[in-house]
Amino acid sequence: MILHPAIVALVLVSFLIGGMMIYSAFFGVRIIGRWDIKSGSEEQLALERKTYLISTILSYVFVFQIGSLFLYVYTADSLHNLFVGAMCAAGSLYVDPYGYPTFILKILNCILAGLWLIVNYVDNRAYDYPLIRKKYVMLLILTPFFITEGISQWLYFAQMRADVITSCCGSLFSSERSGVGSEIAGLPVKAAMAGFYLSLVLTFATGLVFLIKEKWGRLFSFASGLLFLMSCVALVSFISLYFYELPTHHCPFCVLQREYGYIGYLLYAALLTGAVSGLGVGVLVTIRGGASLSGTLPLVQRRLAMICFLAYAMFAGISIYRMVSTDFTLGLF
Amino acid sequence: MTSWIEKQRSILDYTLSSLIRRKGKNISLFIVYTLVVFILASAMFFTEAMKREASLILKGAPEMVVQRLLMGRYDPIPLDYLQKIRGIRGVISADARLWGYYYDPAVGANYTVMAPRNQSIAQGKIIIGKGIARVRMINKGDILSFHAYDGQVRSFTIDGELPAASELVSADLILITEAGFRDLFGFPASHATDIVVSVRNPQELLTIARKISEQLPDTRPIIRDEIVRTYDSVFDWRGGMVIVLIMMALLAFVIFAWEKASGLSAEEKREIGILKAIGWETSDVIAVKTYEGSVVSFFSFAFGILLAYGHVFFSSAFLFAPALKGWSVLYPDFRITPFIDPHQVGILFFLTVVPYTVATIVPSWRAAIVDPDSVMRS
Amino acid sequence: MIRLLNVRKGFNLGRTNEFIAVGGVDLSLEGNRITVLKGPSGSGKTTLLSLIGCMSRPTSGRISLLRNLLGNNGFLKDGDTPEVEVTSLPERFLTEIRRQTFGFIFQQLNLIKGVTVLENILLPAYPLGKKHGVVKKRAEELLDMFGLGDRAAARVEWLSGGEAQRVAIARALMNDPPIIIADEPTAHLDSKLSREFMDIIAHLKGQGKTIIIASHDPLVFEAPVVDRVIAVRDGMIDGAGA
Repeated sequence: MILHPAIVALVLVSFLIGGMMIYSAFFGVRIIGRWDIKSGSEEQLALERKTYLISTILSYVFVFQIGSLFLYVYTADSLHNLFVGAMCAAGSLYVDPYGYPTFILKILNCILAGLWLIVNYVDNRAYDYPLIRKKYVMLLILTPFFITEGISQWLYFAQMRADVITSCCGSLFSSERSGVGSEIAGLPVKAAMAGFYLSLVLTFATGLVFLIKEKWGRLFSFASGLLFLMSCVALVSFISLYFYELPTHHCPFCVLQREYGYIGYLLYAALLTGAVSGLGVGVLVTIRGGASLSGTLPLVQRRLAMICFLAYAMFAGISIYRMVSTDFTLGLF
Repeated sequence: MTSWIEKQRSILDYTLSSLIRRKGKNISLFIVYTLVVFILASAMFFTEAMKREASLILKGAPEMVVQRLLMGRYDPIPLDYLQKIRGIRGVISADARLWGYYYDPAVGANYTVMAPRNQSIAQGKIIIGKGIARVRMINKGDILSFHAYDGQVRSFTIDGELPAASELVSADLILITEAGFRDLFGFPASHATDIVVSVRNPQELLTIARKISEQLPDTRPIIRDEIVRTYDSVFDWRGGMVIVLIMMALLAFVIFAWEKASGLSAEEKREIGILKAIGWETSDVIAVKTYEGSVVSFFSFAFGILLAYGHVFFSSAFLFAPALKGWSVLYPDFRITPFIDPHQVGILFFLTVVPYTVATIVPSWRAAIVDPDSVMRS
Repeated sequence: MIRLLNVRKGFNLGRTNEFIAVGGVDLSLEGNRITVLKGPSGSGKTTLLSLIGCMSRPTSGRISLLRNLLGNNGFLKDGDTPEVEVTSLPERFLTEIRRQTFGFIFQQLNLIKGVTVLENILLPAYPLGKKHGVVKKRAEELLDMFGLGDRAAARVEWLSGGEAQRVAIARALMNDPPIIIADEPTAHLDSKLSREFMDIIAHLKGQGKTIIIASHDPLVFEAPVVDRVIAVRDGMIDGAGA
C-alpha cells in the first residue's frame, strides 16, 4: 500500500459511496415490499418521504462517482514514476491485476447511476409513481456493482508496491517487472476506423428514425452503446495518435493532461453523456410505464436522444477536426 | 428549461438571504471548516512542494553513482576502479568525488565538506554556504578552524560565500581543495568517496549498472531515477501519514457538521414549515439546503486554500516546517516556489467537501420533510 | 366543487397515543361561496381544513376536486372525468395542486421574520419558476391593492397588526388561487381589524373566489357575507349545516 493523499481520498470516497448505496438499498427493500400508493397510512407517507432522501443520495453518488473516476485516472498518472517502466496512467494501472477492472467498473457505475437518475426523473413526473418498484429493484442491482468497485479499488492500492531502494546491501536492481507496459497495444487501425464510423452512422441514422417516427428506440439505444465502445477503441487505436502526433503512443489517458489542454475531459464528458442519454432511451423504451407517463415519456426520450446526438457529435467533431487539422498522418491514405 | 433556471435562481436568492440572516450560526461552521481545509491543504502543498524541490535538485544530480561496499556498509572506493568503469562500452566518463560530513560541536550542526572537481580553490582557502556563514557569524577573510582526524586543529581562510540561489542545497556546504580534504579527514590518496558515471544512452543505464556490479562485485551503482522514486515515495508516505493523522480531526469536523445541520432552531423549523405550507415542495427545501451547503463549502474551501497557500509559500510553512522538513539545524532560509496543480485541489475537495456534504444529506432531508400543516397545528 | 367522502384522519395509529382528528366526514362545498367551519378548538376543524387544502392526506376516504380548479398541471391534463380524486396523490403532486389552487391565511399569520414585505409575498411564487419580473409586478399590484405600496421594502416585524394581516392575505393571493383557506384568521385581531378582514373576504368573494374559513369567532360566522356555516365537533360534522 502506498499512502499517497490521493489514495486516501479515493478510498474514503469509495467508502462513502458504498455506505450511501447500502443505506439506500436498505430502504429500497422496504419500499419494494410495502409500497402502496393508494394507502394514506403513516407508513406509506414515511416511505414516500424516504424516496426524496434516496433521490438526493443517488444524485450525489452520481456526481461523486464522476469525480472519483477522473481523480482515479489522475492519481494513477501521478503515481507512474514510482514504478519502473510506467510512463503514465496506462502503466500504473498495469501494476497489479485490479487497476483496469477498477477503472472499467468506475465508468460502468457512472453510466448505471446516470441511468437510474433518468428513470427516477421520469417516475417522479407521473402522479402514481408507476416505476417505483422497477426503480428500486434496479437500485438493488446497482448496489453490488458499487461495492465491487470499492473492493477492487482497495485491492489495487493495497497490492501496490513502489520500486524503491529498500535495502542498502541487497541487490538493488530495479527488476524489470514484466507486464508493466506503458503502451497499450494499438489495434488494427483500419478495422477500428471502420467500426467507429459505421457505429457513428448507425447511431445517427437510427436516432433520426426514432426522432421522426418514434420507433426503433431500442435499436438506437443499442447503437449508441456500441458507439460508446467503438469510440473508446478508436481513441486507443487511432484518435489518440493524432493528439500526441506520435505513431506509437496509444494511451487514452494522456489526453487528460495539461500538455493537451485538458481536451480529454471534454472528450470523455461527451462520451459519458452520449452513453448515458443514449442508453437511457433504451431503458425508458423497455420499462414503458402506464397511462400516467404517456405525456412525459416521449418528451423525455426525445430530449435524451437530442442530448445523445449533441454529445456524440461533439466527440466526433473534436476528434475529426484534430485529425484533419494536424500535419501528422498515419500514412493510411 | 428556462422555468427551471428561474426557479433555481429564486431558490438560490432565498438561500443567500437566509444564510445572511443566520450569520452567527454559520460563522462558527465557516471557521471550523476553513481551519480543516487550511490544515489539510497546508500539509499537502508542503509535501508536494518538498517533492518538487527535491526533484529539481536531483535533476542536476549525476545519472549514476558507484559506491563501494565493505561488509554491507559504505566504504571509500579505490581510484583504480575508474579505469575499469571507463572501459565499459557506453560509458562516456567516470570521475571520482571527494565529499564527507564534518560535525561542528560549536553550533551542533553537520557540514557537508566537498572537494569540487571543476572549480579551483587556492591552497588553505575555503568557500562556505550561507547557512554556515549565518550560524557561525563569519564572513569573507575570517578564519574557520576544524578539528582534523588526528586531533590537531586545521585553519582555513574564507575565500567567499556560495550564491544564495542554490541555498537549499548549499546552505551547509564547504568547498575545499583536494589536498586540504585529504589532510583534514586523513583520507588516503588512493581512494575517493564515490565515482560518478555518465553514459551515452540513458536507456542503457540498467545494462551498464549490471555490468559494473558484475565486474566490480564489491560496488553498488545507484541510478538517479531510483533516488527520485525513493524520495517521491518517502514524501508521499509522509503526506499520506499526515492526512491519516488529520483524519481524526476530519471525523470530528464531520460530526460537528452533522450536529450543526441537524440542530435546527425553532425559528428555522417554523420557517421551513411556512415555506411548505405556502406551496414549497420537499425537494425545493432540499434544494435550499443543498445550496446552503454549497455556499458554505465554496467559501470555506476557497478561503482555506488561500490561507494555506500563503502559509506554505509566503511564510515557508512556519507552523509545521520543523516537523516535516528534516533534521538539519542549518535551515536554509528559502521560499518554496509557489505551485498548485488541479490534482491537489481535487484531492482536497474529496477529503473535505465530500465528507461534509455526505454528513449533511440526512439532516437536510429531515429538515425538509416537515409536515406542511405543522404551522397550522402549533 | 370540493367533495369529501367518508374522510378520516388519524395520528399515531396503532400506538398508545392514537388519536383520530377527523372521523368519517362527508361534505360537499360549492364554488364562489364563503363557508365557515365552526367549532371549539380541538374539534378537528383545522385538520379538516388541511385535508381540504391538500396539505395532508386522509388516512382513508376520498377527496375530489373539480378538474378546472387544478391550474395547468401537466400531469393531470388529459383526464376525462370532471372531478379529480386527490386522495392518493403523492406529496409532490399535492403540493403542485396546492400552490396553484389554494391560498392560505394562518392564525399566526406566519410571515417570515427578517425578510421584507415584498419578499414574503413573493415566496409562494418561487417554486413556480415564472420570470422574476412578471412575478414581482404581480406582487407590487397586490401591495398597492392592499395599500401597502410604500411598505414593500420594510421588514415584516416592523408592521402594525393590520398591515401584517394584509400582507398575509396578499401572500395568499400571490399565485391567484381560486380557493382561499383561512384558519382562525381573527384570533389575534381586535374587533375593528376583524371586521376589516371580513370586508376584504367579501371583496374577494365578489372577485369569484371560494373561501373556506375555520373559526369560532361569532364576528366571522355571524357575518352577513357568510353563505354557509358548518358545525364541527369531535372530528364529525354536526347536523347538515346551515
